[in-house]
Amino acid sequence: MSHAMHLEESPTTGDEVITNYTINFGPQHPAAHGVLRMVMELDGEIIERIDPHVGLLHRGTEKLIEHKTYLQALPYFDRLDYCSPLAQEYSYVLAIEKLLNVEVPERAQYLRVLFAELTRICNHMLNIGAHVMDVGAMTPNLWVFELREDCMNFFERASGARMHSAWFRPGGVHQDVPEKLLVDIGNWVDGRLQELFGDAMSLVLDNRIFKQRNVDIAVVSKDDAVAWGFSGPMIRAAGIPWDLRKSQPYDVYERIEFDIPVGTNSDCYDRFVVRVKEVYESAKIIKQCLAQMPGGPICSDDRKVSPPKRAEMKQSMEALIHHFKLYTEGFHVPAGEVYVATESPKGEFGVYLVSDGSNKPYRCKIRPTAFSHLQAMDFMSRGHMLPDATAILGAIDVVFGECDR
Amino acid sequence: MATLHSAPRFTQIDGLKDTLGGALGAHLLDVHEEHGELLFTVKRESIEDVLRILRDDHKYQQLMEIAGVDYPSRAERFEVVYMLLSLTTNNRIMVKCSASEDTLVPTATTLWPNAGWLEREVFDMYGVLFAGNTDLRRILTDYGFEGHPFRKDFPLTGYHELRYSEDEKRVVYEPVELAQDLRQFDFMSPWEGADYVLPGDEKADVPPVDEPKTTETPKDTGAGKKTDEHAADKVSAGAPAEEDGGENAPAPEPTEDQPARAEREGKTTDTAEATEPDTPDNDAGGPAPAAGKRKS
Repeated sequence: MSHAMHLEESPTTGDEVITNYTINFGPQHPAAHGVLRMVMELDGEIIERIDPHVGLLHRGTEKLIEHKTYLQALPYFDRLDYCSPLAQEYSYVLAIEKLLNVEVPERAQYLRVLFAELTRICNHMLNIGAHVMDVGAMTPNLWVFELREDCMNFFERASGARMHSAWFRPGGVHQDVPEKLLVDIGNWVDGRLQELFGDAMSLVLDNRIFKQRNVDIAVVSKDDAVAWGFSGPMIRAAGIPWDLRKSQPYDVYERIEFDIPVGTNSDCYDRFVVRVKEVYESAKIIKQCLAQMPGGPICSDDRKVSPPKRAEMKQSMEALIHHFKLYTEGFHVPAGEVYVATESPKGEFGVYLVSDGSNKPYRCKIRPTAFSHLQAMDFMSRGHMLPDATAILGAIDVVFGECDR
Repeated sequence: MATLHSAPRFTQIDGLKDTLGGALGAHLLDVHEEHGELLFTVKRESIEDVLRILRDDHKYQQLMEIAGVDYPSRAERFEVVYMLLSLTTNNRIMVKCSASEDTLVPTATTLWPNAGWLEREVFDMYGVLFAGNTDLRRILTDYGFEGHPFRKDFPLTGYHELRYSEDEKRVVYEPVELAQDLRQFDFMSPWEGADYVLPGDEKADVPPVDEPKTTETPKDTGAGKKTDEHAADKVSAGAPAEEDGGENAPAPEPTEDQPARAEREGKTTDTAEATEPDTPDNDAGGPAPAAGKRKS
């Protein structure tokens, strides 16, 4: 941190008086959760104003997507919010499917919901761990990282990649999962997750220090939460039961029963607890998916959208041509524009897709969750102490790959 | 068209198009519905009023996103699209207006505080100016960046690159220098509207000379009586074939046949035995009884 202090003589006692001064929080700061630079104006240790400077991780993803075919653009979404890759792919594939109006087989819908919820658990494990570490606790972070690693292993067994899965595809998913994987996920949700996560949270939730650092910090009223465009756990902590999985269900979410945890006090502690409760709700959803999931195809049989199986290509010339065309030219998407938003672990993640009828998106605007939340950082932090800024930032759950795109 | 996809299903309100269209009245330029989503195009000057009407009278409480789009062929090349969400009626709509480099779009920061950054982003990426936004700084690009990178005429590689210079011990900016051209794989089918020329097809449509040669009249080819008179003339003096023969010369002798190839001796390689490993029997000399077909 670089300090710019202005020292003056006190007129009465002759002591040095510190007037307002400005510090630079970040861009390389462990509590900034990435490359965030915040110019803070402080009065002593009280925050008077924060000007967050974002964009240090801007890679021009949206511009790159305009130069790729629809399928080639998919892996960029893994690299936005690298803590919940499949949740980002979800919005994108749904947007394409909406433009194409293509039907997704039931098994694929269940698989996508299952893995989206697994991603939610994976994401919350990182955020919960990081949040408690930001306010001084070490142990729970190490424990929940074990669980996060388990999730990564499941992703790897399904898609071959721990993080950048590129597993959701327009029309379904890329590959079917082995039966053993589904069994293992079921056992893990019932066993290890409940046990280890329960243990970790028993250390935190009633912890005196943790509460002192979080309760009544950054209280946001319902009206403010709505006006600032909050979504996800941030708006639910403010007491508004708004969840896109319930209100605007996609895939098979409407067949699944789960509750929406809401906060009462709208402070950092509530945001934390909402996420903890969401982990248990996600576990419930996963169990229901496993129970209800039918057999059958995992990808649309529309050969103009999803490629044929390799075995089929050995026999059929038609299949070979389809495969070749899909992986060179790609599929054409009818002209039009849609805005599709799903409930990512961090909030509403939207994709505004404009198609001109060719094989590449004309424009792909990504609505990051962090943009609106981080913008509210200034008004949420005002009047709080400097160390509270890290708690507020931790409770926002911000990842800069997604914020800066 | 029946809905087959499984994208988010928000509440569809009957007659919403007419209700909102009527409420916006003279501000409205166009409204259309596609894929179950309503798109309102309104006058640029009244975008703030429109958004206020939608927020206050029609319960669109949240502004989720502002997106810029560039259509360079249009007179006013930019579009600014506002995505609105209603938490109470569970509905989404899009409102858009057009803009160009030197027009002012009224700000939405008076209605939603989070419009500030969203407008800053559109300004940064496209150069659309928002009147009334008091903090219209760049947001995503580098400090001191010039240009608006998401415009369609801005190159994908940009104009400047930066690297750490070992000599100067600091990060330096330099003009972009690519070791190889940026590879653009365009696999768009040439039958379906690709706008480039396939390699080798450059000459297909363009005649290589100002006045192309044709054979429409005898004059063009030089054929006619006058030419026929000179048909028997030698092209050049002492050309051998013409000197010797002319039209009555006999056809040339056929070249000699190649002598037939002598028959191969010993083992041939096209029998099964030849490829099998030698057994003591085979080695003992003399054809094995089964090798009756062998010519040796």
